[in-house]
Amino acid sequence: MADISVNPRQARLEGQLSSLAFTFLASQPHVSYAAVEKGELVVRTTREHLVPFLTLLRDDPRYRFEQLMDLCGVDFPARVQRFEVVYNLLSVTYNRRIRVVISTDEYGAVPSVHHLWPCATWWERECYDLFGVMFSGQPDLRRILTDNGFEGHPLRKDFPLTGYEEVRYDAERRQVVKEPVSLTQDFRDFDFVSPWEGMLTLPGDEKAHEVRQGMKRSS
Amino acid sequence: MTKQDNTESLTFAQTILREDIPQSLLPDEKALEIEKKVVEIDSHALNFGPQHPSAHGVLRLVLEMEGELVARAVPHIGLLHRGTEKLIEYKTYQKALPYFDRLDYVSPMCEEQAFALATEKLLGIDIPERAKWLRVMFAEITRILNHILNLTAMGLDCGAVTPALWGYEEREKLLEFYEAASGARFHANYFRPGGVARDIPASLEDRIGVWAKEFPAWIDALEGLLTENRIWKQRTVGIGVFTTEQALAWGFSGPCLRASGVPWDLRRNQPYDNYHKVDFNVPVTRQGDSYDRYLVRVAEMRESVKIIEQCLSQMQPGDIKIQDPKFSPPPRADMKRSMEALIHHFKLFSEGYHVPAGSTYTAVESPKGEFGVYLVADGSNRPYRCKIRPTGFAHLQAIDELSRRGMLADMVAIIGSLDLVFGEVDR
Repeated sequence: MADISVNPRQARLEGQLSSLAFTFLASQPHVSYAAVEKGELVVRTTREHLVPFLTLLRDDPRYRFEQLMDLCGVDFPARVQRFEVVYNLLSVTYNRRIRVVISTDEYGAVPSVHHLWPCATWWERECYDLFGVMFSGQPDLRRILTDNGFEGHPLRKDFPLTGYEEVRYDAERRQVVKEPVSLTQDFRDFDFVSPWEGMLTLPGDEKAHEVRQGMKRSS
Repeated sequence: MTKQDNTESLTFAQTILREDIPQSLLPDEKALEIEKKVVEIDSHALNFGPQHPSAHGVLRLVLEMEGELVARAVPHIGLLHRGTEKLIEYKTYQKALPYFDRLDYVSPMCEEQAFALATEKLLGIDIPERAKWLRVMFAEITRILNHILNLTAMGLDCGAVTPALWGYEEREKLLEFYEAASGARFHANYFRPGGVARDIPASLEDRIGVWAKEFPAWIDALEGLLTENRIWKQRTVGIGVFTTEQALAWGFSGPCLRASGVPWDLRRNQPYDNYHKVDFNVPVTRQGDSYDRYLVRVAEMRESVKIIEQCLSQMQPGDIKIQDPKFSPPPRADMKRSMEALIHHFKLFSEGYHVPAGSTYTAVESPKGEFGVYLVADGSNRPYRCKIRPTGFAHLQAIDELSRRGMLADMVAIIGSLDLVFGEVDR
C-alpha cells in the first residue's frame, strides 16, 4: 500500500480537517459523527439541524464554505431511514471540502437549501426525481431528468435496471407508444461470490451463515 | 312567401356583415377592446431547441419574450438521459469506466481521470510515475481539444465561420494522438484505475513535441480572427455578466468561475496526478461576461501547451500501470506461457477486483470546470453508488439569471460561453 498523501501540502490540509472534525463534534451537539475519511472531512447530522448547520458553514468566517458543489442521494433499502442525502461543500477561501450527510426515509421531508445556494434547486429536483426524496420549502420540486409521465424513482435499489416500460414508434398508429418491457434474453445478474465462499448454508452451520450474510450484497 | 324569404336572408347577411366589419369602421369602444387583447398576448413563449444548431445538443429552452427581450429562460433537460449512474451500479469497476467517455464526449479523458482517481483512492493504490505524466499530458491534450471546439463553435453561433474550419483541422491532429495512444479517436477508455491502458508508441512523443511547437501560432491566428474583432466584441462584451458572488452561489467552476475573478483551479489548488510538478499560470479575468470566458479559455490553451512540453521533457521510460496482477491485466505474451497470468486475466475481466467499503468525492479540473465523482463502494466488485457531478448542470441552471433582460440574439453567445455538452448534463 503506497501512501496517497505524498504531497506535504495535502498532509497539512488533512491536519486542518481533523481539527475541524474535532471542533464540530465538540461544539455542535447534533453532529453525531465527524471524521476524516481518506483525506475527506465527513460530518453526519440530522434533518432538523441541517439548515442552521449549513448556514453556519457558509457564513461563519472560520469555515466559509461558499459553494455547494454537489447534492445527491444514496439508497440503502435495508435501513430504517433508507436514504442518505449527501451535501458536498467547497470553501474557495480556505481550500477545503466538507461532506455533510443526513438520513431520511420516503416520507420525511428534508429541508430545502435553495435559499442558501440557488444552485441547490436542480440538485434537489434531481434527487427527488431519481430517489423520491422529498424536499420541504422547495417551490419547484418537479422531475428533471426522466421522461414526461415517468413513474417511479429509477435510482432506488428496488427499481429494476431494465425499467418497467419501453417506448417505440408505432407506424400504424403514427405515434409513440409505451409498452411493458419485454426482454429478448433474461436479465443476467451474476453472483461473484466464489462457490467456496458462496456455499453458505452448510447443514449445522447456520450461525456462521448468518454472520457471512451480513457481508453479502444487500440488493 | 318570397317576401318572408327575402327578410330572412337579409337578416342573415346582416349578421355576417357585422362580424366582418374592418376594425377601422367599428365603434371606438370595440376597437379599444381588441387593442387590449393584443397587449395581453404580447409576452409570448419561444422554443429554443432541442433541434436548434446553437443549442449545442439537445437543450430545450423555453424563452418568455417581451418583444425581443428575454423575460425568463426556462431550460428543459433530460432529453439525453441514459441512466449512466444506474448502469454503472450493475457493472464492474473496469466496465464502468467507458461510460465516462460518453458523458462529456468532447473531453473524454478528463472524465475517465475522475473515476480512475476515485477508484484508486478507495483501493489505496498509487500509480507509477510515467502513468501520471501520461495522464497529465493527455488531460491537457483533452483540454485543448475541448476548448478548440467550444471557442470555434461559439464563434460559429455568433457568425464567425472561419475559426470552426481552422479548428477542426487542429482537432484532427490531436485526435490522431488519441488514436495512436488508445486506438480510438473519441471514446478512448485509456485512463484506467491503476495507470493507463498501454504505453504510447515510440514516435508519439516526438510528434506531440513538434505539434506543441507549432500550436501557439494557431492560437495567435485564432486570436487574430476573434479577440479584437469588432463584431465579436459587440456580440460578447457585457453579455451574460456574472459577479463573483453570483458565480460562487450558483456553483460555477472552471473557466466560468475564473472569468468572474476567482483564482481557483483544482490543478493548482488541489493537485492530483503530477500537476504539482508542473509550472503553469491560472488565467483570471474580472468582468465575468462571455468575452472574458472566451479570453480565459484562450489563455488556458497556451498554458496547456506549456504543461504538455513539461510532461514531454520530464517523462521517463517505465511502467505505465501498477504491477499488481490483481488490478491490471498481465501482458499478452505472459498469458501464452504462464497459467497464473491466464487465471489473473480471466478473473480480472469476468469478476473484476473487489473495492473495500468506503466512499469518496473526487473531483478533477475538467476543461469545463469541476467534474466530480462521488463513489460509494460496499466491498463488492461493483460500485454501490456512483454519483457524477456534471459541470454543465450547474452552469445551465444559472442561464435564467445570466440572460435576464438580455436580447434573444445574446442567448447563443451565453450558451456558447458556458460550454455545455448534454451527454454530461443529462447523464
